[in-house]
Amino acid sequence: MKTVLELRNVTKEFPGVRALDSVNLHVGRNEVVGLIGENGAGKSTLVKILAGIHRINEGEMLFEGKPTSFRSPRDAFNHGLAMVFQEQSIIQTLTVAENIFLGREQEFLRFGIIDKRSMNSAAKVELAKVHLNCEPSEKCSKLDFAARQMVEIAKALSLDGRLDSDIVILLDEPTSVLERREINLLFEIIGELKAKASIIFISHRLDEVLEVSDRIYVLRDGAVVHETASADASITGLHEHMVGRQLDHEYYRENKQRSSFGDPVLSVRDLTIDGELRNLSVDLAAGEILGLAGVVGSGREAFARCLGGLMLPSSGEILIDGKPVKLNQPNQAVDSGFGFVPSERKSEGIVSGLSVAENMTLAAGKRFSRFGFIRFDRERTECQHWIKRLQIRTPSVKTPMQSLSGGNQQKVVLSKWQIVGSKVAVLDHPTRGIDVGAKEDVYELIREMADQGIAIVLLGDTLEEVIGLSNRILVLRDGEVSAQFDAPAGAKPDQLDLISNMV
Amino acid sequence: MASINLRALAPIGVFFLLCIVIAIFSPNFLSVSNAIRILNASAIPVVLVMGATFVILMGSIDLSIEGIVALCAVVTASLVLNDTTAANLGMWAIPFAVLTGGMVGAINGATHVYLRVPSFMATLGIGFVCLGIATAALGGFPVRIADRGFRALTLGRTLGLPNGIWVATAAVLVALVIQERTRLGRYVFAIGTDEVTARQSGVPVERIRILVFVLAGLFSGMAGVMAAAQLGQGHALIASGRLFTTITAVVVGGTALSGGVGSVLNSVVGVLIVVVLTNGMVLMGVPPFVQQGVQGFLIIVAVSIALDRRQLEFVK
Repeated sequence: MKTVLELRNVTKEFPGVRALDSVNLHVGRNEVVGLIGENGAGKSTLVKILAGIHRINEGEMLFEGKPTSFRSPRDAFNHGLAMVFQEQSIIQTLTVAENIFLGREQEFLRFGIIDKRSMNSAAKVELAKVHLNCEPSEKCSKLDFAARQMVEIAKALSLDGRLDSDIVILLDEPTSVLERREINLLFEIIGELKAKASIIFISHRLDEVLEVSDRIYVLRDGAVVHETASADASITGLHEHMVGRQLDHEYYRENKQRSSFGDPVLSVRDLTIDGELRNLSVDLAAGEILGLAGVVGSGREAFARCLGGLMLPSSGEILIDGKPVKLNQPNQAVDSGFGFVPSERKSEGIVSGLSVAENMTLAAGKRFSRFGFIRFDRERTECQHWIKRLQIRTPSVKTPMQSLSGGNQQKVVLSKWQIVGSKVAVLDHPTRGIDVGAKEDVYELIREMADQGIAIVLLGDTLEEVIGLSNRILVLRDGEVSAQFDAPAGAKPDQLDLISNMV
Repeated sequence: MASINLRALAPIGVFFLLCIVIAIFSPNFLSVSNAIRILNASAIPVVLVMGATFVILMGSIDLSIEGIVALCAVVTASLVLNDTTAANLGMWAIPFAVLTGGMVGAINGATHVYLRVPSFMATLGIGFVCLGIATAALGGFPVRIADRGFRALTLGRTLGLPNGIWVATAAVLVALVIQERTRLGRYVFAIGTDEVTARQSGVPVERIRILVFVLAGLFSGMAGVMAAAQLGQGHALIASGRLFTTITAVVVGGTALSGGVGSVLNSVVGVLIVVVLTNGMVLMGVPPFVQQGVQGFLIIVAVSIALDRRQLEFVK
C-alpha cells in the first residue's frame, strides 16, 4: 500500500509542556486510520500540526513522500488534506454550494461573474457522494448539525478530481453530537469514501474507532504507545494502552479520601432544565465530592452550568444551607457560595491580560477593597499565601496570567474560589489540557478543598478520574439520573458498571 | 516582552520626535509661552479623554461626547449670570452641569446594557438627542455669560498657569486613582480583556458598564463647563470637532479599541501629540484643511501601529 501521509519523529513543545514526543505515524492510500487517546494525550496538537496551525519543533511531515509543512488549514486543504472539525467551518449565511466551493470560485467564473447554475450542479455531484439530499442553493443555516457535517465532508471530497494528489480527510470527533442513526450513515459513507480517499478518524469512543478503522494508533502523554490492526484489537486492550496503567489508587490520593462529612450544604430538588435535565434531586455535605458521569448531552454539563448561574432552570429548587437561592446571574451564584471552574480555562477561567493577583481576587472584590479602593497590602499577603500553599510556579504576584503553564493557571483558578470562601465548588473538567504532573497537584488540591469543608461537584475529564476522586457518583443519561454509586476508598465501582448506565 | 514595552513607550517617543521636528522648522515652538499655550489648549481634551479612555478600555465606545459637552455648556451658561435666563448660581452651576453629564452617561449605559444596543449606536443616538435639546432649548442662539468670577475658571491664572490646566491636572489625578486603586478600575480592565471570565467570577458586568458611562458623562460634563467658561457662552455647536480629537488622542496614546490595554496616562500623551501637531502646523503655516487631513492620517497610522496584528484572528 502506498503511504500518503507520514509523520517522522515529530516533537512539539509548548512552554512547560511537551505536547508531542517523537511521534511516528503513517496513513496509507485508501486506508482508515483510527487515532485514540485521552484528553491531553496530544490528539488535538497532532491535528493542529497536520492542519498547519502549529509548527513542528523536531521531526518532519511527509505528504506523498515529500517533506511538507502547511501554512494554514486552507493551505492544507489546497494540497489535499481536508479537516472536518467538531467546531464546523461552514459559513451559515452562505448556501451549501457556496460553502463547498468557497475560495475556489474561479472554476465557475464567467467574465468575473459566478455562474451559479454550474456551481450548483457541481455541488449536487459532491452532495450525492455523501448521500445528502438537499438543494445546493439552500442556506446552510437551514441544515441541522449532521447535514452540515456532511456538507463539510462533501467539500473535502470536491478535491477529488480537482487535485492531482491523494486526498486525506481528517474527521475530528465527528460522532460526538450525532444520533445513532446518523452515526451509522456516517460509517456507511466512510466505507464508500475509502475508494477515493484516506481517512484519519479521531474519537474517544473506542467501539466506534474499532468499528470503522483498519488500523489504530493509541496516543498517551504525547507519544504513540501502541499501534495495531483493528482486527487484532479489543476495547479493553485499547483502553489499557490509552490509560497506561491499571487503576492506580495512589494517583487519585485515595488514602486522603474522606469518609465522614460535615453538615449538608447543597440540596437540589427536582431541578429541571427544558431539553437538558429532568427532575434531578441530590444532597451534598461539606467535604463531600460528588462525581457526575454521563456522555455529552446527558445533562451533566447543563447541571454544572446551572449551578454556576450560567443557565436558567425551568423548575425546581436549589438550596444552600437549607435556604433557597436564586441563580439567575453568575454573580448571584458567587454570592450564594458557588465557585465555578469552567472547562474552557483559556476563554472562561482566566483573564489573560491581568496579573496572577488580580485573577486570584477577581471574585472577591469586596474583601480586598474599602469604599471601592483596593487594599493592595492585604491582597498581596493573601495571594502570596496561596501561591506558597498551592506551590504555584510564578515569578511574582504581578506576573501576567498568560505566562503561567496550564497547570499553574488552573491552580490560580482554584485558589480564586478558596479566597472567596465558596461553599460549593463546581469543577467542570478541572484537569483538561494540563500535563500529568500538574494533574496530580490538582487532585491533591481537590482533596485539600474537601478537607476544608468545601462540597465539590466534579465533572471529570475521564471516567477513571470521576471514580478515583468521588465519594459518590451520579450517572446521568438523557437528562435523568440513571444510577447512583457510592465510591468509598478501597471499594470503588467498576467503570463498566457506570458505562452500562450511561448509554 | 521587549516588544511590548516598546509598544507602550512608542507614544512618548512619537511626542518627542514630533517636538524636535517642529522645533527645527519653527524656532518659536520652543518657548515658555508656546508651551503654556499648548497645555492650555490641551486642558479640555484631557478632561474628555479621561472618560473616553475608561469606555474604550472596557471595549466600548462613547460617541456622545460632543452632545454632552454642548448640553452641559448650555446648562452652565443658563445657570450662571447670563443674558438669557434670570439665574445667577455662580460656581454652584458647575455641579448641576457636571451631574447633567453624568445623567446622560447613565442613559447611555442603560440603553447599551438593558436594551442591548451596541454602545456605538446608543451613544451616537443619544449624543444627537443632546445636541437637539441644546439647539431647541435656545432656538439656535447662544447664551452669553456675564459672570466674570465663573469665567476665571479657565481664564484666570494660579501660580502663573491658566486655571484650565489645573482643572485638567485634577481630572487626570482623579482618573488615575480610579484606574490604579479602585475596584471599578480593575473591573474595567477585566471586562475589556475577557468579559466572560469576569462575569463568571461574579463581577457585576452590567452595573460596571453603566458606571463607566456615567463616569465618562461626568468628565464630558466638566469639559462642557470648561468650554462655556472659556468661550463665555453656551451654544449647541460649542463642541464641534471634539469627538474626533478625543478618540484620536485615546488611540494615538496607545489604548486599544478592542479593550483591556491602555491607560489614562497614555491618553494624556495622546492629547499632547494631537495638540502639538495642530500647534506645530499652525506655526508652520499649514492650511486648516490640510491640518484635518493630517489628523485623519495620524489616527490610521496610530491604530495600525498599536494593533498587534499577529494576535488578531480577524479584523472586523
